[in-house]
Amino acid sequence: MSRSIAYKQKARRLAAEGGRPGSAATLRKRIARDFKRHKFKYLIVLPVLIYFILFHYKPMYGIVIAFQRFRASVGIAGSPWVGFDNFARFLQDPYFWQLLRNTFTISLLTLVFSFPAPILLALLLNEIRVRWFKRTVQTISYMPHFIAMVVACAMIKAFCQTNGIFNDIIALFGGTRANLLSNTSLFYPIYILSGIWQGVGWNSIIYLAALSGIDQEQYEAARVDGAGRLRQMISITLPGLLPTISMLLILNLGSILNVGYEKILLLYQPLTYEVADVISTYVYRKGLLDADFSYSTAVGLFNSVVNLFFLLVANKISKKMGQSGLF
Amino acid sequence: MTRTKVRMRRRKRKNGKDLLFNVILYLLMIGLVLVTLYPMWYVIVLSFSNSTDIAKYTGLVLWPEQFTLGAYKMVFEHPLIVNSFKNSVLVLLGSLPLSLVMTVLCGYFMACTGMMFKKLVVALILFTMFFSGGLIPGLLNVKDLGLYDTLLALIIPGCLSVYNAIICKTAMEAIPDSLKESAYIDGANDFQVLFKIVLPLVKPTLAVLALYYGVARWNDWFTASVYITESDLLPIQNIIRAVLLVNDVSLSSAGFDNFDQYSEGLKYAAIVVSTVPVLCIYPFLQKYFTKGVMIGAVKG
Repeated sequence: MSRSIAYKQKARRLAAEGGRPGSAATLRKRIARDFKRHKFKYLIVLPVLIYFILFHYKPMYGIVIAFQRFRASVGIAGSPWVGFDNFARFLQDPYFWQLLRNTFTISLLTLVFSFPAPILLALLLNEIRVRWFKRTVQTISYMPHFIAMVVACAMIKAFCQTNGIFNDIIALFGGTRANLLSNTSLFYPIYILSGIWQGVGWNSIIYLAALSGIDQEQYEAARVDGAGRLRQMISITLPGLLPTISMLLILNLGSILNVGYEKILLLYQPLTYEVADVISTYVYRKGLLDADFSYSTAVGLFNSVVNLFFLLVANKISKKMGQSGLF
Repeated sequence: MTRTKVRMRRRKRKNGKDLLFNVILYLLMIGLVLVTLYPMWYVIVLSFSNSTDIAKYTGLVLWPEQFTLGAYKMVFEHPLIVNSFKNSVLVLLGSLPLSLVMTVLCGYFMACTGMMFKKLVVALILFTMFFSGGLIPGLLNVKDLGLYDTLLALIIPGCLSVYNAIICKTAMEAIPDSLKESAYIDGANDFQVLFKIVLPLVKPTLAVLALYYGVARWNDWFTASVYITESDLLPIQNIIRAVLLVNDVSLSSAGFDNFDQYSEGLKYAAIVVSTVPVLCIYPFLQKYFTKGVMIGAVKG
């Protein structure tokens, strides 16, 4: 019985590979046979392919307007070509260095502060022995992830207003009330801390999952040797998380220019552009508010290409380090 | 001093250390819970307050000065808010089935083996995760297809997430091959295998994906800010943004004679009403969520 299935599977596999090895099937015949054998599978993926072509690959063709002086009235076909003018304009833009600096600053701050926070939370949650308490903390800490960005930013704004709670605290210690969101030196702390509030619980899930894979006998051995809880956490739990940490770190490095522009768009204001404006928000302003389509697309393309470069480098590093890499 | 005594003393010291550790641990966690919950509680309190009280609140606000449902009454009658709710619900109802169907089709193809062009097709799909046309080419494309300023622009363009498709694919791959094999031997085609064998087995994953898509859609404001200009087509998040964050639209009094009394609370009541559905659903599906995240992150 099982042998007959095995034979059938083998026959199917051989057929899929285009007949027996040695049978001189031409490429066209093999393709025809492949389509015939898997016609339903190709039929199933057809709507998906149409979707990707229409909504992902067609816009990619639209990138050519970065090399034009695009006018909507005449379309891509009628607009004049200008070569790399738009890119040159961006490199000479007085904003260029500021945008680059802000983008990298926000990315690095996120990496240094927001990235380790869920690791710490997972380590602490792992130490809680009272099950119901652990579950409750987890459930509550996931909550902010489900709150819409708009709502979260509205809360941030309410708390930072002159009569908000942070100003009440400042006033209590004798400070003067001011709108904290228009203060350039406070933008990063507000952005990072609220980001931790939003994501720390949800992002700890993956580390908690990795924790369940750690060999419990190690703890037993450590206890016999007289190691305390803190010592066990540092010497057993943390090393157990390292593979997950390094994988996520590499993923994060690969998207270093992908800062949370949605949140910045909601929180920044002309007073804080100096520190908060990043490449993506500049693309949004130039493109949608100033309707400078070609220039905005050029800046966006610059961003995508640099991003892709970082991703490939990060992937290479991860492969060098013996990790599986993304592709 | 005998050996046992030394050991006992050591254990005592360790217990003291562990106790301190526990105290700090539990205090930290309670702190985290309070910091997480307070902002939400603050919004809820404000939504039950009237404008004069809201202007007076300072410091930790724990309870509304005078409890009132006025703001909520107004939320459910204010034409702009009610209309944006309707838009959000319409978008959700339209996009959820579409997203799920596309995800299942995409996931099934990626989970199948043996096709000559599988690698090529999968590469085409995965490439879109790392590179895209960008904001303006996307906008021109939507205009080109005649979707600009319609609710369809919020439904179709982002209906398939590759990340979610990978989660779906991983779940489908976990189904033993022998199940599908035996169906093929009985003469079933891929549609029958997909609908009769694969889909019933990945139902839990589909529930998670439906929630991922639903929450993302419901909370999305960015897409509408790019593709929609007509104010009566905007979803709820964009109204909240316009009223609370940008201040470029103040809610019109819309004929309410007691409007000023609740105009502040109205903003917060709108937030609560828009957030409560999401927060109510998720505790029940928490364990599935965890599973979905794991699959996507570990094996993706």
